[in-house]
Amino acid sequence: MNEPTTGRGAPVLEVSDLNVTFRGGVKAVRGVSYRLDRGEILGIVGESGSGKSVTSLAVMGLLPEGAEISGSVKLHGRELIGAPEGELTRLRGKSIGMIFQDPLSAFTPVYTIGDQIAEAVRVHQKVGRDVAAERAVELLDLVGIPHPDERAKAFPHQFSGGMRQRAMIAMAIANDPDVLICDEPTTALDVTIQAQVLEVLKTAQRETGASIIMITHDLGVVAGLADRVLVMYAGKPVELGTVDEIYYRPRQPYTMGLLASIPRMDRPTERLIPIEGNPPSPAALPPGCPFAPRCPLKADACDDAEPELERIGTGGRMAACIRAHEIDLKDLRGADVYPVPEPPAGAVERGPREERETVLALDGLVRHYPLMKGAVFKRQVGTVHAVDGISFDVREGETLALVGESGCGKTTTLQQIMQLQAPQGGTVVVLGKDSAKLAKAERKALRRDLQIVFQDPMAALDSRMPVGDILAEPLRAHGHRDGKAVRSRVAELLTLVGLAPEHAERYPQHFSGGQRQRIGIARALALEPKLIVLDEPVSALDVSIQAGVINLLEDLKDRLGLSYLFVAHDLSVVRHIADRVAVMYLGKIAEIGEVDEVYGRPAHPYTRALLSAIPLPDPELERSRTRILLEGDLPSPADPPSGCRFRTRCPKRARLGAEEARRCAEEEPAVIRLAPAADHGAACHYPEDPEDPEGAGGPEDPEDTEAVAAPRP
Amino acid sequence: MRSKLVLKRMLRNPQARYGLLALALLLLLAYIGPLFGPHDWTEKDFLAFMEPPSGDHWWGTTQIGQDVYAVTLRGMQKSIIIGFLVALVSTGLAALVGATAGYLGGWADRALMWVTDLLLVLPSFLIIAIISPRLKGGSWLWFVVLLAVFSWMITSRMVRSMTLSLREREFVLAARYMGIPAWKIILRHVVPNISSLLIIDATLNVSAAIIGEAALSFFGFGIQPPDVSLGTLIADGSAKAIGYPWLFAFPAGLLVLLVLSVNLVGDGLRDALDPGSNQ
Ligand SMILES: Nc1ncnc2c1ncn2[C@@H]1O[C@H](COP(=O)(O)OP(=O)(O)O)[C@@H](O)[C@H]1O
Ligand code: SF4
Ligand code: SF4
Ligand SMILES: [Mg+2]
Repeated sequence: MNEPTTGRGAPVLEVSDLNVTFRGGVKAVRGVSYRLDRGEILGIVGESGSGKSVTSLAVMGLLPEGAEISGSVKLHGRELIGAPEGELTRLRGKSIGMIFQDPLSAFTPVYTIGDQIAEAVRVHQKVGRDVAAERAVELLDLVGIPHPDERAKAFPHQFSGGMRQRAMIAMAIANDPDVLICDEPTTALDVTIQAQVLEVLKTAQRETGASIIMITHDLGVVAGLADRVLVMYAGKPVELGTVDEIYYRPRQPYTMGLLASIPRMDRPTERLIPIEGNPPSPAALPPGCPFAPRCPLKADACDDAEPELERIGTGGRMAACIRAHEIDLKDLRGADVYPVPEPPAGAVERGPREERETVLALDGLVRHYPLMKGAVFKRQVGTVHAVDGISFDVREGETLALVGESGCGKTTTLQQIMQLQAPQGGTVVVLGKDSAKLAKAERKALRRDLQIVFQDPMAALDSRMPVGDILAEPLRAHGHRDGKAVRSRVAELLTLVGLAPEHAERYPQHFSGGQRQRIGIARALALEPKLIVLDEPVSALDVSIQAGVINLLEDLKDRLGLSYLFVAHDLSVVRHIADRVAVMYLGKIAEIGEVDEVYGRPAHPYTRALLSAIPLPDPELERSRTRILLEGDLPSPADPPSGCRFRTRCPKRARLGAEEARRCAEEEPAVIRLAPAADHGAACHYPEDPEDPEGAGGPEDPEDTEAVAAPRP
Repeated sequence: MRSKLVLKRMLRNPQARYGLLALALLLLLAYIGPLFGPHDWTEKDFLAFMEPPSGDHWWGTTQIGQDVYAVTLRGMQKSIIIGFLVALVSTGLAALVGATAGYLGGWADRALMWVTDLLLVLPSFLIIAIISPRLKGGSWLWFVVLLAVFSWMITSRMVRSMTLSLREREFVLAARYMGIPAWKIILRHVVPNISSLLIIDATLNVSAAIIGEAALSFFGFGIQPPDVSLGTLIADGSAKAIGYPWLFAFPAGLLVLLVLSVNLVGDGLRDALDPGSNQ
């Protein structure tokens, strides 16, 4: 295959028929070809394990020992594969810069950030020490690090994740590279920081004119950034086209499915469409099309030979599917070809929220940790205000989502609930029982009704136990002694979450991520609980798998009458699954209410910024929207700002008069109900006007508002 | 379910199968073998001193006319019991103390680690030397207890530090939130997850106990004549190994075989318990 080259200059980077095989016949990359023009941004997307990272490592010549590589990689027409190591080293950092997911590993801990960037400059340019140091400060300034001359003297561990990623970008562009390879540069960051870093990347590209390869699993990130997109599956490119073509007119069933499986902010109520099955293991690929086992359009001919990338239509777009022309002709969409799951069966109509039973109520929950210093003689040097007085309630049959950036206290809140002990401050009431007043036996009995699902489905299951024992454990612990009854309940649970009863005899390692999470869910369901607490249950999963798990959670909730407390940082997932949402910031609730209210008419400046930071998988929308970029990082919870905790980053406050702004610094806002009729409250002295989603909103008359505290049972 | 699966996996591993077979044969030899020998281990043949192996004395005779076959097997019985008991008690103690201290933390941790460190700094050999004479005439089981009590501390410290990290793992949290009592979590989740360490430790302990017992016997503690163990036999035989190799070769060979098969079984068990290993 060759892309048409008409109308373009010589490519900066040209990869053709790249293959990488690891020891043991693991074919990680199979025939990847693309070209990258000057100043172009190419997005490479695909699920984990699809060979995205290996492709870029091969381009950089950074593959580990024992990897067999074939094909060609040309930088400005010069062949890199087989080039001597010395030459590659010169190119790396000079002509090709790389940005990794984890910036900590890219910096040496014992040198300052400034020194390391200066070093990168000096390796490739003949300049003096002081010039290089100056350049380092300039670069840090360019990537938006405040007080760059001071911060240059800091060590890597003194930088936050977002700052480190900026510094890494500064280092990568230090020598004006022609190509920047970014491998999941924002995956480890929170959305508001991600928005900042993506903005910095755009600036960096403008400044250097570099072409960028943007590798990510997040289709939202690519939509707003890339010019063209390459979709990979099982080590092979399956579709290539401009960003609009890929997002609006995908022609390969995998791409179609991927796009259909993403929860969308703009279409929250639709059922998600999962792609059944799992990606094949690179050591045991199916004959023919690698996507065939999961493809809804599979025909007999699909098993004969692996389809090659072929030109579809008139432009430069290509797809690897024998039915792509047919799809193009009929203009099929993901939703047309993939079976849309049944809507949750038997969704019981429940009465109004106020009349339903309260299953969980927090009132002023506080959890502070002492901040210790010293290795031998520990002394307390401060207090971490992890959770600082939060109140909310969850009613029967309802899903309350708790969202916020990492470090804002979500997990601590869950732990306080799960421990069922007296909290440091405030109360936790589960199913009408105050956790501070439980006797031992009562606590154990209450655990039946309160279960948890963890984020990392591997870490949450004991790898030394067969799945059958894992599921039987809660049953046995709560008095199910009859072996036969336990076994049949285990089989029932496995079926309930979409697995087979035979799976009881296998170990967790033998399952894929999505299946493991189903096992985790099955364990939580074993005792027929009333309330399930879910800590980021789908954030470790690929989107096509995530969709299936979200659907399962929704079905189970309706069928079994469960209530969920759902912690997440992905606001699109929350929009999809939650009935109500509570936005947390630095141990406090910033805004709480019904999802439609909070997402449709966000009143707190933080919520607005969060919502505007989410990348949407829609190039058109991404191009037209303006982001509210927050400045800086989350302040340390050991030293929260006085008054409103958000004031150091609040864009709204900057627009207030001096008098009004003083109130933000002096008086801590409580959660105030915004309108008497609406289930919607915000902790801001000057909430945005709910009727005017884009407007500035003025200070409100305190007389009009009314406190919404969690109702005491 | 787990024990059945582990057994199945273990039997599928050829190494473990050979190890189990060899161990079974050695046990048979030690306990059934003497019944078939022409002589009893207490018998002394005054017509044959230091005879090489022959039809009558299969493995030769000793200085005082004992039948090497009978004596060696008798010694092996003692050594097997001592080796396995010491390994069981010592590794079990290490696992229980370490995991309990690490899991419970707080004062339980401090108390248990204080005891551990105390035992670590006490000169164990000296103490055994002092206590041994007082146990003369008592059961040799005391000897097992003494050997075990002084050999679990370092492993226990390793177990504790591994437990400290396991304690924060989500599957342990999950168990705790399910309302499973601490001792069950320790036995069911913590100990199996450090089983690789424990099995290696136990196999090493078997050989260390057999050899350690030999060293002690050499100084006159532990198994005392006329009773024998592989240790005492090897100690006696090694001096004359050049001129009268049968005195040394049979007990030493059996010891090597014993340790080897224990190691094979240990390796197999470790793989069978670790579902991540390939088989
Ligand atoms: N050093 C290595 N040795 C063996 N296999 C590897 C190595 N690195 C990656 N792989 C395998 O190559 C495949 C592609 O991996 P990768 O490029 O990291 O995927 P992605 O970046 O798309 O998530 C995976 O199956 C992975 O297990
Ligand atoms: S070639 Fe066949 S199996 Fe593969 S994606 Fe196309 S229709 Fe599906
Ligand atoms: S109270 Fe002031 S600082 Fe806080 S969010 Fe509202 S406007 Fe911003
Ligand atoms: Mg990767």
